[in-house]
This record gives sequence, C-alpha cells and structure tokens, in this order.
Amino acid sequence: MIELRDISKKIGQIIHIKPTSLTLQTGHFNVLLGETGSGKTSLIKLMAGLDLAASGQILINGQDVTKLSPQKRNISLVHQFFVNYPHMTVFDNIASPLRVAGMAKSEIQGRVEEAADILQLRPMLNRRPQELSGGQQQRTALARAIAKESQAVFLDEPLANLDYKLREELREQLPELFAGRGAVVIYATSEPEEALLLGGETALMHDGHVAQFGPTAEIYRKPANLTSARVFSDPPINSATIQKNGAQASLPTGVSWPLDGQAAALPDGAYTVAVRPHHVTPASQGAQAVELTGQVQVTELSGSESSAHFLMGTDNWVSLAHGVHPYEVGEDHAFWMDPAHCYYFAPDGKLVA
Amino acid sequence: MKTQNQYGWYFVLPVLLLVAFNALIPMMTVVNYSVQETFGDNVFFWQGLDWFEQILRSDRFHAALGRQFLFTGLILAIEIPLGIIIALAMPRQGFWVPVCLVTMALPMLIPWNVVGAMWNIFTLPEIGLLGYFMNNTLGISYDMTQDPIAAWVTIVTMDVWHWTSLVVLLSYAGLVSIPDAYYQAAKIDGASPWSVFRHIQLPKMKTVLTIAILLRFMDSFNIYTEPFVLTGGGPGNSTTLLSIDLVKIALGQFDLGPAAAMSLIYFAITLLVSWLFYTLMTKDDGK
Amino acid sequence: MAQITLSNLRHSYSATPKTRDDYALKEIDLTWEDGGAYALLGPSGCGKSTLLNIISGLLNPSEGRILFDDTDVTSLPPDQRNIAQVFQFPVIYDTMTVYDNLAFPLRNRGVAAAKVDARVTEIADMLEVTDMLGLRAAGLSPDNKQKISMGRGLVRDDVNVVMFDEPLTVIDPHLKWKLRSKLKELHQRVRATMIYVTHDQTEALTFADQVVVMQDGEIVQMGTPVDLFERPQHTFVGHFIGSPGMNILPCDLRDGGAFFQGEQVALEGPASQGDGETQIGIRPEFVSIADQGLDATITKVADVGRHNVVEARVGDIEVKAILEGDTPVKGSSVKLAFRPDQTRLYRDGWIATEAAS
Repeated sequence: MIELRDISKKIGQIIHIKPTSLTLQTGHFNVLLGETGSGKTSLIKLMAGLDLAASGQILINGQDVTKLSPQKRNISLVHQFFVNYPHMTVFDNIASPLRVAGMAKSEIQGRVEEAADILQLRPMLNRRPQELSGGQQQRTALARAIAKESQAVFLDEPLANLDYKLREELREQLPELFAGRGAVVIYATSEPEEALLLGGETALMHDGHVAQFGPTAEIYRKPANLTSARVFSDPPINSATIQKNGAQASLPTGVSWPLDGQAAALPDGAYTVAVRPHHVTPASQGAQAVELTGQVQVTELSGSESSAHFLMGTDNWVSLAHGVHPYEVGEDHAFWMDPAHCYYFAPDGKLVA
Repeated sequence: MKTQNQYGWYFVLPVLLLVAFNALIPMMTVVNYSVQETFGDNVFFWQGLDWFEQILRSDRFHAALGRQFLFTGLILAIEIPLGIIIALAMPRQGFWVPVCLVTMALPMLIPWNVVGAMWNIFTLPEIGLLGYFMNNTLGISYDMTQDPIAAWVTIVTMDVWHWTSLVVLLSYAGLVSIPDAYYQAAKIDGASPWSVFRHIQLPKMKTVLTIAILLRFMDSFNIYTEPFVLTGGGPGNSTTLLSIDLVKIALGQFDLGPAAAMSLIYFAITLLVSWLFYTLMTKDDGK
Repeated sequence: MAQITLSNLRHSYSATPKTRDDYALKEIDLTWEDGGAYALLGPSGCGKSTLLNIISGLLNPSEGRILFDDTDVTSLPPDQRNIAQVFQFPVIYDTMTVYDNLAFPLRNRGVAAAKVDARVTEIADMLEVTDMLGLRAAGLSPDNKQKISMGRGLVRDDVNVVMFDEPLTVIDPHLKWKLRSKLKELHQRVRATMIYVTHDQTEALTFADQVVVMQDGEIVQMGTPVDLFERPQHTFVGHFIGSPGMNILPCDLRDGGAFFQGEQVALEGPASQGDGETQIGIRPEFVSIADQGLDATITKVADVGRHNVVEARVGDIEVKAILEGDTPVKGSSVKLAFRPDQTRLYRDGWIATEAAS
C-alpha cells in the first residue's frame, strides 16, 4: 500500500504537484491518467524517491519513506524508453537487481527463469537488448521489475513507444502479469482508452492535482466534475452551456428537452451539459432522444465506426456511431442525443445531476 | 532527471577542496603580493592600490594587451570558420570517419613546449624544412627571429595548426547529432546549401561552437609556452604577449608586486570577456 | 496535384540482393488517384518508410519506376519532384519566426512576396496559428511545432503530393485527435494528394479514403476502411485492423461446411476449392450471445466504457466478442453466435469465401 499525505512538489516558483492525498492498494492496478504536463511523471518520481517532496509524507506499506533514497524503497520503475543495460544479456539484465541485492546464484536462476517465462523471453535470454525488437526490449524491462518482487512497480507510459498492435497485446497481459505478486502497480498513461482497457483504479490527473480517484469504469460513468469528464474522454466529451428553467433545459441554439429526477430538482440557472460522443448519434435512439442540428465540419470513418464533427451554434460537437454513415461536409445534419446519458455540471464544475 | 536531494554536494566536495588548494590559496597569495612592496628577505611594505594604478597606466601593459587581443582575435577568426569548414567536409559514416578523427586529434596530443620547439626547428632558415624552402627554393625572405611580421605569421600558423582540430571535433559532434529528417525536409523544401548551413547546421552547432570559442579564447588569451619557446617574445617585443610580459616582470625583474597586480588585472579581463560572451550567446535560449 | 503510379518497384538495402528476403520492398504496383487521401499502414519494418522515401526521392529504388502523372521521376532528386513531407518529429527552422518557417518553401522557389504573404496567411488561418506568426518557432510546444511542419507541407499549392511520416507520434491523445481532424479537414478543403504513413490503424482508417496495408515489404490489401474492416483479404489484415482484431479460428472443411470445435459454422457464401490450412475469420463486433450456438465459458470481461470486451473459451480456443448492454459474468456458460454474413473462411491466410450478393 502506498499512502500519499498532502504531498506537494515545487521547483522554484512553479508548482508541479499541488497538495495531494491518495491511497493506492497492494495487489491493485492503479492508473494515473492525464495529459503530458498534468503531473503523472512528477508524482511517480516522488513515490519512487527520484525527487523529494516539498511537503507531506509518503508511506509504503506503513513505512515512512518520504526522505529515503530510491534504492532503499524496494521499488521498480519501467520507462517509456526501453531502458536496459546494452552490454549485458537479457538474463543478466533481468538478474541485475537480484545480484545487487546479493541473492544466491541458484535463487537468481530460478527467479529470472520464472520472469522470463511469464514474459515469453526464454529463447532470448542469451541475447543482448539491441538484438531484440522494441516489444521484447520492453518485456525485458518488465521482467526485471517482476523478478525483483518489489513492493511497488511504477510503469511510466511503458507502451508509448511500441507499435499499435504490440501495445494492444502487452496491454492485455499487463494486469495479469502483476496480479497476485503482492505489489502496488502504478501505471501512467495519457490515453483514456488505455485506462479503460487496463481496468483497476484510476486517478485522473490535471494541472498537478488528482481530479478524481476510484474504480476505473465507475469514474468513467460518474465523473465528479467537469475536469474529470474532460480528462477521461477520448474523443473529447461534448459540452455546452444550458439554461435550466423549471423542468426544461435549453441550449443557446433553442433546442430544449425535459429534465427529470435530480436534474429537474436543481435551482434554475445556467449549467454545463456534457455528453460523450457515442451518445450523440446520427439515428434516433428512442422516444426520449433530443434532436440536434449542426453543420458537419469533418467526417472520419474507421471501418467499424463513423464520426462527425459538427458545429452547433458556437460549440464544436462530435458524434461517434457504429457502422457507416454518409455525411456531407458543410451540410446541416440531424443528430440525436440521449438525455439519459447527459451529465450536468454546476458553474463551479461539480457534477450536480 | 532532476533530483532535489543534497547528496550531490558530497560528490563535488573533493573538487571544491582541490580548487581551493590549487586556485584559491595561490590566488590569495597573489592578492597579498599585489598590495605590497618587497625587496626580498620576506620583508613587505603596504602599497595599497598603487601597483594597479601603475600597471593600468603603463604603455608597456597597453602594448602587450593590444598584442594579446590581436593574437586571440586572429586565431579565433581563422580557427572557428576553418574548423567548421573542415567539419562540414568530413565524412559522416564509413571507413574514413575514424581515420579523419584520429588525424585531427594528433596535433592536440603533442605537449605544448614540444610544439614550440618543433615549429622553431621547422622554420629555421638554414636547416628547417619550411625556412629553407621559403628562403632558398621560393626566394622569399623569411626569418622570424628578424622580421616581426614573419614572427606573427609563424605563431598564428602554429596555433592554427595546433588547435583548429579542437573546433573541428566539437563542430563535428554537433553536426552528426542533427537528425536526418532536417536534411530531408530541407531538400524537399528546396533549401540552398547556404540555407541548410544558416538555418539548420549553424543553429544546431551553436552550443558546441559557444564552448569551442570560449575554450579557444581562454586558452589563446593565456598562451605562454609555445610562443615563448618559438620566439621568446621577439624580435624586440613584437610577439611579447601578456603572459610572456608578465613572466618577464615577475621572474626577470623580480617585481613581485606589479606582477601580482598585473596577473589580477589579466585574470579579470579573461573572466569578464568570457562572461560577456557566454551571456550573449545563451541569452535567448530560454525563449 | 498528380496521379502517382508505382510500377514494378523493388528495393534492397544490400548491393547484391540474392534471395527474396534481401528485399525490403518486394514488387510494388500501385496507382494513386489525384487528390485522394491515402494511408500506408503496417507494423515496424514492413517497408512503409522505405516506400515513402522512394516516393519522395530520398531513396533510389533498386528496380522499377515512379510516375507522377505521365512523368517518370524515378531519377529526380527530392527538390525537383515538387512534393512536400511532414516528419515524425517536428522539423522546425529554429532561427526563424513561424511566418518565415511557413514562407521558407515558397521563398526558396522564388515566389513573389505578395503571393507568399497570401499563402502563409491562408495556411496560418487554416491551422489556427495566426497569432503565433511573429513568434520564434524554437519556443513553441511540440504540437504547435508539428502544426508548423504540417503548414510548411501544405503551403505550396503546386505540389504533386504531400506525405506524412507518422506525424502524430509525439502528440498527446487529446491534441492528436484535434490535429488528426484538422488534417482531415485540410484535405477536404485543399484536395491535395496526401499519403499518410503510420502503424496506428485508427490514424490510418480515419484519415484515408484508401488504405494500403503492408507486411514484410509487400502490399497485403488496398481498400477503403470499410473494406479492410469488413472483408479483410488476409488474416493479417483482419488481425492488424480492428481493436481487438479479428478472431482467427482453426476449422475443418468437410461435407461442404466449415466446422469449428466440431460444430458447423455458417459462412457468408460458398468456399472456393483447394488444399491448405483453413481458418474462420469473424470480428468480435459480430460475435453475440444467443439462445443457440457454440458452447462457451466466459473467461474475461473488460468494461471499456462504451461497451464490454468479452473473452470466451470454446473448447480450448479463445474467442473475443464486443458486447453492449448486459453482459454475462466471468465463469458463466453461454452460447455464442457468429453473424453469418460476416463470417469468412481463409485458406493459408487468404480469403476463400465469396461474398453472398
């Protein structure tokens, strides 16, 4: 378990991490999701001891490690770039942290072989990293982390430099690799889809702080604030300002729809509505669906899905739907939004319905 | 990776101690001498800033300083462009790369006093290869012990021979680090070779060139051994550079006070020029 | 703009290629229409960058010819081919302003100042970088730098083709999305022939009208994103395109039917005759849970927000399905159905069924 208590980080006058508290459980797969510069790597560096916090405490399994150097924290770190010792064989690369720890030769042999089997590196044990493909090099780095059996494993965008398909394969295996190994796994990524595929828990990072933390699918379905909704959405979530008047919500373009439940009970005024692109479709999804009209700006077709970017008043919205849909660029098209999947945020950004 | 802990200082500590012993302590001695007068026997009299004033007003110092700037200016004006040109002409890959690199590095491996002696013998009119060839084959009168111009040409040529390769190696390192995509983009954009040099190669070499110019400035401004061995500052005082003059005052005339004051002024000038240059060169890097 | 024809193109990095494997490109024959948006898609080392460099003239092919319209450009250097290229990492002339960077390709060709100004202003407007025109390019963020690189590629209106070599690699996902749609929009506006090289299927499929899928120096299939998705000509394309890729399941062909794990599976149409290893190809999108079908046990359910990616085991073979709405839990027994018109047969990797019309 890693506990962060009001941890913060400043370099000069620039705040990298605002005071943050977070508890990451052993055996869980924890994702840090955020854009470049949102503080993912800064936070990992603090936890790994590569940087010292300006304030606050870090505890790993109850032990205060705030001031400990990385080598005393019993952790592993896998980078975006394939970091291996170029002059050593794959075997020696995986064995290196064990040798440093002074482990017996026979035990090293066993642990390295086990890690190599898990990552399908057995036939490559005698090769050097530069003879391997990118995927195999990154597997070697992962095997080193597994063999070490550390308390915490930090994976800082480990798949970013791999081909799309390789990324898919390795991503599928990752949660299983570390399952039941008694480590806290922390995985940083800038891709929302990756967080969803990895599952586990996700901390949404934005501008040096954690906007929301919880089980991945849950926070995807229920973003606590507009920032969370924006960070955890790819393609970007559609949003617009609405006026709530009684049980009616209306867009600046004049389109309105009835509100029910929590949303209807809100005081009248201005709110932000947000809806994911796949809940805005070119065909009606039922009687409740709200018809929107917009001028199509760009269309994209990915084989299984069609997307359209359309201009609705001053807002740029995106629709994403299964199948092939013909759109004429520059023409007005009708889209339907499912109000059951709309989020309503107060002016301060908090989710209210 | 930026780390914020304080362990770094432990690693710097030995160097700091070393610097204290070989720079700070001797320098304090010099400062001590520069404000006193001595007639030997370890007897000193307080002199204040008189020596500084005397040096700064002396024509002899002005002349030596002028010669020093001329020398440094000349060698920089030759070595930097020449170094860049050679680096640009060097192959980027294949068998000839190591050959070129080793050949380039050779002059730098020769001890400074040997360089002086080599060039001294090389240019002797009677037996030196160059001297004999110039005087007897080409019929051009060339004797650096008699002719100030010949002496200047010789010390400048010697320095260019000795140190251009430093500029070459640094520029070459800068050039090979430029990704191919830049050259490819320039080709496709239809850039002329001059544009490629001006907008890709030169900007990418800026950091290493700054280092090269700084190193060459400091080294040439403080040069002593080679011209001393080669010309001894002559003929007359025509090649008496600052350092040679300084040694004459300190050891030749045993005027420790003025010599100490002069070394401090000398040091201040070197530091000031280097600082000015470095600040100018790195001024807009942050933008 | 021009039509691009690649004719009998072969390339080897070795001076004396002996076997077929010595070729990084093995026999490429292609025609790209004027004004189209094309993508070259394939894994690292499939030869797509080699092909790109041959088209741009940075590399001379060992054999074959390249035609722009009817002009043979095989031996022309890059600057005489009248092309533009955007690289993986932003290439920016650090010493120049954004304006001068954009103007550079035009000025090098002696375009009149007034026209340079008009083009630069227009492109800057399209890329939404007008307010940066006066800034030094060196200080920009990576995505803005890449925008400027793209701008330099698009600023000339007389180019034969604009090529993009994995231009979004260094860009964050959110911005990637924006830049990708920006690029698509630009294509829809300027209608230049564009070739986009990538290993990322999403980028390729969303950008291009026609995608060329490459593997080991060969073209496996060229088609529209829908073709590639629905009817991959080869199991490699089926696997490579789609996320997750197509289920490729071993099967026996007997009594005129295809049998997977002992059960007959309906195919889209009649299978061609022949010998060789046969496999069924079905996309996870077309696998569903039904009252009747193959007996399967759910082994994994991944909730990815929009839908669930479900893995089920039929005998000892994994089958993936993309399911929306209520999904059975891990460990439960279900029956899987394959949509017949989307179930294909492959023989030795190549498609062996005819589409039912």
